[in-house]
Amino acid sequence: MDEILEILEKDARITPDEIAKMTGKRPEAVRKAIKHYEKEGIILKYKTLINKELVKDESPVRALIEVNVIPQKDVGFDKVAERIYSFSEVISCYLISGTYDLLVMVEGKDLHTVARFVAEKLAPLEYVRGTVTHFLLKKYKEDGVVLKLKREEKRITISY
Amino acid sequence: MIISKKVEQIQPSGIRQFFDLVLGMKEVISLGVGEPDFVTPWNIREAGIFALEEGFTSYTSNKGLYKLRLILHQHLKQKFNLDYRPDDEILITVGVSEAVDLVLRAIINPGDKIIIPEPSYVSYGPVTELAGGIPVYIDTKKSNFKLMPDALERVIDKKTKALILNYPANPTGISYTQKELLELKKILSKYHLLCITDEIYHDLTYDFEHTHFITLTGAKNMTVYLDGFSKSYAMTGWRIGFACGPKEIIQAMTKIHQYTIMCVPTISQMAACEALQAGRKSVEEMKREYKRRREFIVDSLKRLGLACSKPEGAFYVFPSIKSTGLNSLEFAQRLLKEQRVAVVPGTAFGKNYDDYVRISYASSYENLKEAMARIENFLKKSLRREKHETKNKV
Repeated sequence: MDEILEILEKDARITPDEIAKMTGKRPEAVRKAIKHYEKEGIILKYKTLINKELVKDESPVRALIEVNVIPQKDVGFDKVAERIYSFSEVISCYLISGTYDLLVMVEGKDLHTVARFVAEKLAPLEYVRGTVTHFLLKKYKEDGVVLKLKREEKRITISY
Repeated sequence: MIISKKVEQIQPSGIRQFFDLVLGMKEVISLGVGEPDFVTPWNIREAGIFALEEGFTSYTSNKGLYKLRLILHQHLKQKFNLDYRPDDEILITVGVSEAVDLVLRAIINPGDKIIIPEPSYVSYGPVTELAGGIPVYIDTKKSNFKLMPDALERVIDKKTKALILNYPANPTGISYTQKELLELKKILSKYHLLCITDEIYHDLTYDFEHTHFITLTGAKNMTVYLDGFSKSYAMTGWRIGFACGPKEIIQAMTKIHQYTIMCVPTISQMAACEALQAGRKSVEEMKREYKRRREFIVDSLKRLGLACSKPEGAFYVFPSIKSTGLNSLEFAQRLLKEQRVAVVPGTAFGKNYDDYVRISYASSYENLKEAMARIENFLKKSLRREKHETKNKV
């Protein structure tokens, strides 16, 4: 992967000028490359990773749902997947190998909301054969980031 | 007097008190740290844990775990096509620090001279003296902290035995291109001198490829190459490094090592095997981050009127603080007390460097930003107010 993408994937707030310094490229060239990636849809979006467990009055509930699906002629799983991922409650949706077909992650403000979504929206869908819901109890690591308060500094303050 | 004359004569570090002051202070942003700002990668730590679980708690061979020497041998063979026999040309040491001590004790007869470019890492001079040698310092201030071939040739005499060349360098961050190294090598060859290279920061070279001294044509037989795992793999606390060199020197070093150290801690050696075998996909990433910090620090210092040349490697800058009118200890002490930022006074690296401080950028970007803002405050508020007051008095 291009260095520029590697850098931005780690920290989207690093400016093109800084990327230029890190890579030895000209700032103009970096800006141009980023524009290109955005246009091509390689860079889709810049967002912030928030540890919601630490945000007051905010403790959304997430569930992983295994979904068994009857594939359709010509379009396979894609059409059913689309009907599922179009719900705003669905935050990720993957087609996977194994004993079930779609892995869907759903987020809601509480347990009840998520349960209702599964019971009333997801399970009754045509072509959905069955669902198994797993509620997430604790997040340890997300998108490569460990959700832990900063480690204390273990280095001595001054050394040669 | 119970203490030996030799030890008595070793100059105690004049900044010990300053260090104690720093260590007793809280909420300090430290730019005084000589080690990477991340912990040893998990796979390496895990290998250490595994070694403990498996009961690798006994001695290894004096020379070090054969497996580790073999991996080092293979690395040098693959990367540079150089043949260092694991049996008698590689020695595993307690960091480069021990290796420096061993090689100097192995080669020095009373009165032999060792050339040390200054500013230099703190141990070279005192260890030379402890071994009965005479350190010959070359001030490199006027040549941008680089050792110039003519300056080197000028100090060589019949008693000269070796040059210690540390690059990328602590405390200045300067390094040498292949061309520059070749010129130095020419002089050393001419006088049949040994080159002791401390290349612990070799992975952190930013503007050109690092050239290992041993890879220069004909250099292998006149070089003792010292390196380690501390900086590349963030393994400072594991205390492990190595020496590669001509058989007779490595054997002599091993003789001292076997009586004084016996062997490097076994778990550190096991962890080092993992470090070398697993490779480092993070080195490039680490280098990019240091590069960004380097640009930031150099730009900021320039803006603040603290002149410094752009370092080519390691994670240090060595700016001149002459414009402040303070000496290096005053500067460091006041910056610490008034703004809670720690730097190392230049005199730690040679008596001629009272106009300099060492700043380490092995600290997060956010910390560096805050530290630079505090230094700016220090320069603008504290120092300017003082100048103003002095003027009024006059």
